[in-house]
Amino acid sequence: MLLTFPLVGVRFNPVENIIQWRWRNLALVGIGAFVLSALWRWALARREMVMVSAAGQSSFRQRSIWDNRTLRWSVGGGVVAGLVVVPWLVSTYQTNIFISFLLYVILGVGLNIVVGVAGLLFLGYAAFYAIGAYAYALLNHYLGWGFWAVLPLGGALAAVAGVLLAFPVLRLRGDYLAIVTLGFGEIVRLVLENWSSFTGGPSGISNIDRPGLFGQELSVAGTNIYIYYIVLAMTLLTLVVAERLKDSRVGRALQALREDEVACQAMGIDRVGVKLMAFGLGTAWAGFAGVIFAAKTTFINPASFTFFESAIILSIVVLGGMGSNWGVILGAAFLVLLPEYLRAFSEYRMILFAVAMVLMMVFRPQGMIPARSRQYPVEDAEREEGGR
Amino acid sequence: MDLQYFFELTLSGLTRGSIYALIAIGYTMVYGIIELINFAHGEVYMIGAFTGLIVAGILGTMGFPLPAILVLAALVAMLYCAGYGYTIEKIAYKPLRQAGRLSPLISAIGMSLFLQNYVILVQTSDFVPFPSLIPEFAFLEPIAHIFGSSDFLIVVVSAVLMAGLTVFIKYTKIGKAMRATAQNRKMALLLGVDADRIISVTFIIGSALAAVGGVLIASHVGMVNFAIGFIAGIKAFTAAVLGGIGSLPGAMLGGLFLGLAESFGAGYISSDYEDVFAFSLLVIFLIFRPSGIMGKAKVEKV
Amino acid sequence: MEAVLDVRSVSMNFGGLRALSDVSVTVREGEIVAIIGPNGAGKTTFFNCVTSIYTPSEGEVYFTPRGGTPVRLNGMKPNAVTALGMARTFQNIRLFRNMSVLENVMVARHCRTRAGIFGAIFRPRWVRQEEAEIVRRSYALLRALGLHPWYNELAANLPYGQQRRLEIARALATEPRLLLLDEPAAGMNPQETAALKDLVVRIRDQFGLAILLIEHDMSMVMSLSERIYVMEYGCLIAEGTPQEVRRDPRVIKAYLGEVDHA
Repeated sequence: MLLTFPLVGVRFNPVENIIQWRWRNLALVGIGAFVLSALWRWALARREMVMVSAAGQSSFRQRSIWDNRTLRWSVGGGVVAGLVVVPWLVSTYQTNIFISFLLYVILGVGLNIVVGVAGLLFLGYAAFYAIGAYAYALLNHYLGWGFWAVLPLGGALAAVAGVLLAFPVLRLRGDYLAIVTLGFGEIVRLVLENWSSFTGGPSGISNIDRPGLFGQELSVAGTNIYIYYIVLAMTLLTLVVAERLKDSRVGRALQALREDEVACQAMGIDRVGVKLMAFGLGTAWAGFAGVIFAAKTTFINPASFTFFESAIILSIVVLGGMGSNWGVILGAAFLVLLPEYLRAFSEYRMILFAVAMVLMMVFRPQGMIPARSRQYPVEDAEREEGGR
Repeated sequence: MDLQYFFELTLSGLTRGSIYALIAIGYTMVYGIIELINFAHGEVYMIGAFTGLIVAGILGTMGFPLPAILVLAALVAMLYCAGYGYTIEKIAYKPLRQAGRLSPLISAIGMSLFLQNYVILVQTSDFVPFPSLIPEFAFLEPIAHIFGSSDFLIVVVSAVLMAGLTVFIKYTKIGKAMRATAQNRKMALLLGVDADRIISVTFIIGSALAAVGGVLIASHVGMVNFAIGFIAGIKAFTAAVLGGIGSLPGAMLGGLFLGLAESFGAGYISSDYEDVFAFSLLVIFLIFRPSGIMGKAKVEKV
Repeated sequence: MEAVLDVRSVSMNFGGLRALSDVSVTVREGEIVAIIGPNGAGKTTFFNCVTSIYTPSEGEVYFTPRGGTPVRLNGMKPNAVTALGMARTFQNIRLFRNMSVLENVMVARHCRTRAGIFGAIFRPRWVRQEEAEIVRRSYALLRALGLHPWYNELAANLPYGQQRRLEIARALATEPRLLLLDEPAAGMNPQETAALKDLVVRIRDQFGLAILLIEHDMSMVMSLSERIYVMEYGCLIAEGTPQEVRRDPRVIKAYLGEVDHA
């Protein structure tokens, strides 16, 4: 382990032919690696122990404080109320950060339907974000369509594109599916980049109209707050819909698909239909988010929709907890808000999240807030004690 | 059709194809044994290029002759990348051997992002010029404008390495154990094959080959940056899929096929969509013939 | 009596391998029929052909839904077969491990309910009623199989024997007319096996089912089933009542190794 760090110790500047030796860094890394590897071994050993003990006694789940419905709703209400007043308390710049936070929540929740609930690893999510954004940008640029007309259309287009992509990949699973969606995402981006006459190529499209409020012109700051409320409303809508879907007949079918495809079919569920639904339901949100994004920045180009973007959204879902919408909110907060408010730390943002992704998979694959199956209240007069 | 242009394209396709094949071997070997797409493999290739750059820089200021620098840079890069490959496996994949298929894949993506950002942090996020280390071969003088010495070297080195690997897999003890593990890990384990060791060796070999590819292509193109691994990785993966993932000769053929397809696509249709060809091939193959040109279809057991 | 399942000389080839050859099986209403045979005789392959997970290479499979006429199953999707009224369990338990016990059964109500995406989002009255009905019926099934104390636990946390029971509960939730059980007693101790035997008879009577099972446990098969089919190397070698089969010389020969511990 110690041996693998020459890149840190030496920086070569070929332009001036200077070699900067960085012995101090090397020493630090050496010590760091030693400490880390010891920690690593300890953590792995501990994980083994936990696994063994968990296997020994079938661990019955504890009722957590979150099962209290009133508490959950009051906390949720409090957070929403807090978010409603945010734009009046902070600067335009910070409102912007909150807008992007909420956009990522929408994207995360959408991707969560595909990855977390239905268990289909999807690596080209940014392509659908792009479809939404470009739908608005192009329709606005060429035909002069307004924001509100395009918003539902963008979502619908993304959903249709998702279903179309789903058709050929129906038979694929796991890693192949991941790669095909990645390839698809890159193809979309490359086409946007190269079809200059229509999409503006790498330089993108600028001067996209901001959304109008009953034909009134708003100031820049005013529009910003307006968009903030649109995003907030959209986020709440997304959350409500996603939560409702999860605990419905369709949602259960999606989860069954994730757990076991063969058994899922044997239970009378149409695998094809459910997969198409998962894709469509998941990608529609990326379309909505894309339209809002284009309206917010008034300028888009393909660089916003790289694989990197897909990876960020995926890491939001993974860190937060696959299948858990509350986890997504927390994940987005970590990924978007934290780096903004801890400036010193922002340089290390991606690397820390990458590390977190690996560690999360090794030590806590269920994420920060694990998804839980719904607890159903059942009235049963003669129920024996045993449910605990 | 213009014959000379055709030859030019063929030769440049061959060069690219060799590199893809070198990287694809890493994917295919790993997939063959643990059925995992090692997303971080492209990054290992990139790190190979950077290590080569650093070594070449150090040796260059010390006044070594060019061929010596090239050989040493490639060797050191191989060594270090083997170390990286080994470490990556130990950290990100080994603890997840028992987990489902999604977890190691996500862990691999995390690893890939980590390595990219690590290079950004400790080196730079800009493109860095790479010294041209490959000497001009006199005998290639007459055709140097279409098939330079770097092209020549890439093709030859790749061919030699791949031939060596084939021999290694076929005749050595470790090679045989590797094939056995790929066929049936449980059975191999029962027969006394140390699967963990075999997997480590696989990662080491794959990474070392990627490192050679990294050094060679970097000095051919003359540039490196942190993101080269991503595109090269996907393309090499495409090559592995084309040839039927899990199959060594398939990876080599797939690499050449992809290199040629790209070169002709770019030459005769449009160079703007060069990368689109590769991705489209990938998507089309995965959908319609996921077992590749030479692979066999698998039946899932219920 | 009416035949619920009528399999007519089905064969199944995998490449050059002939896993099933010319197998004919009939199951009549309310019957308990067993298929026995050594490992690798093609029993599970037969199940997969019947439930349309595989499409047989030759031969035909007919199934008669409740109050209907025989339907040819060849080439149908597995979920359509389930919807007609045939349910199965799996040899290697295939529960939805990360869903709760109750949810496992609720999933199986899928083909008997109809709320779609918009139903899920807007939750009109009929959807809420449907949901409540799903919960009620699923819980009733868990009760019938004695799994109700664990209804909110994850399926993966159930003890092994209970997981097998949950598979049966899940299959029953699809309202089948014919239930296929693939080695339901595998890995169970004698007490559990005895309890399972009672359970099979009870669900047959309570739900009015025909049951076709694959089993290794001889004592269970002999005392439980009304008719037995014996398979070896993909072929049927005997058929009849337990007494007939027990005396059949070919069966004794095929089972020589296994009869001892039966």
